[in-house]
Amino acid sequence: MSLKFTFRNKRISGILTVLPKREIPFEDEMAHYNFPPAKSLKLKLAMGYNKHRIVEAGTNVSDLCVYGINYLLDEGLLEKDDISALVLVTQSPEHFLPPTSNIIQGKLGLHTDVLCMDINQGCAGFIIGLLQAYMLLEQESIKKVLLLNADVLSQKISKRDRNSNPLAGDAATVTVVERSLEATVIQSVLNMDGKRAYVLQIPAGGFKLPSGPETAEMKEDENGNFRSLDNLVMKGDEVFNFAQKEVPPMIEDLLEISGKKAGDIDFYFFHQPNKFMLHKLADKIGVPREKMPANIVENFGNASGATIPVAVSFNLGADALASTYEVCFAGFGVGLTWAAIQQELGKLKFNQIIYY
Amino acid sequence: MRQSIIEILTELRPEFDFQQDVDFIEAGMLDSFDVVMLVTALDEKFGISIDGMDVLPENFSSIEQIENLLTKNGVK
Repeated sequence: MSLKFTFRNKRISGILTVLPKREIPFEDEMAHYNFPPAKSLKLKLAMGYNKHRIVEAGTNVSDLCVYGINYLLDEGLLEKDDISALVLVTQSPEHFLPPTSNIIQGKLGLHTDVLCMDINQGCAGFIIGLLQAYMLLEQESIKKVLLLNADVLSQKISKRDRNSNPLAGDAATVTVVERSLEATVIQSVLNMDGKRAYVLQIPAGGFKLPSGPETAEMKEDENGNFRSLDNLVMKGDEVFNFAQKEVPPMIEDLLEISGKKAGDIDFYFFHQPNKFMLHKLADKIGVPREKMPANIVENFGNASGATIPVAVSFNLGADALASTYEVCFAGFGVGLTWAAIQQELGKLKFNQIIYY
Repeated sequence: MRQSIIEILTELRPEFDFQQDVDFIEAGMLDSFDVVMLVTALDEKFGISIDGMDVLPENFSSIEQIENLLTKNGVK
């Protein structure tokens, strides 16, 4: 049982990934973990940890997004007058208010008839943002929606937390969404379960528990990780079991609605928590592991809602400018939220990675 | 099968004796990351893919539990 959406005559016309220039190898941080080095190295292999991209202190979501959008404008890949909406999905907003999307609009000097919207979503943020973009495009007045998936959550992760720090990454992606002249059909399924909302959280820093000296105090958990209430905390086992239980039937549901078999899909671009989890999902769904790329954590880290477009940019690159693929996007995590989209992807105007 | 399991466990955590009759999880001999590495090693050794739904600590609490899991996944 899922909430279902169908869209027609819409498409993704380009994906740009913006990654920080700063790259940190796994080995450089092993000494922070309360773990023998030999075991850390085994874990590195099993989970696909290798290196990750982290912003310099002071770099925020709007910096990455503005840099990416200006690149597209400067390269003639996007016209300013075509932008009707900025949909920013982030969990690292610059302020409680104003919305970060408004800040981005201001920095870019866009016209006042541009809709700016922040959405607080994480691992499923690309799916939620894409749904919002497709819904906006039902309106005649909307020409192109810029879906921005951007997070710099590394700042909220304890360097001494081996559950979360090795897989953390920062990134921004700009996905241009518009109408298609072709008769495309896009299917989507969505589920949310707020009863399990605290499986992934940052306990302090909001109105309920403001940050202060007490919330900044580092404490050791039962596994030897050190973190404070200001840091992201993840119940890794529960997240893993949630994904294994909920995602395969959701994909089965989606494929049935789409009238496709698992083998008809060229690529399964899923959220990128770690290699182990993705391999288990591919095996369970019954698709070859090479059809479900699992190489984003090892190369760049997990940048929450940005991981799916990062995976598209990294794995398809310029091939997606000439070819068209049947793809399945799926995001699962924070919320808890699990959602997926089946659609065509290809003949993109751009699909590349740049560095900030 | 039993000998292979013990070899894999011993390579993973050489400081423990996995032939003793204790609950490996409760005794702190295996944590959740060990379970991930153990599953990866068992998958490779026996040419299987243990179902993600079975990657639960209780299925790795003893040699017998691990044997049952492997049997369920088609290992003879």
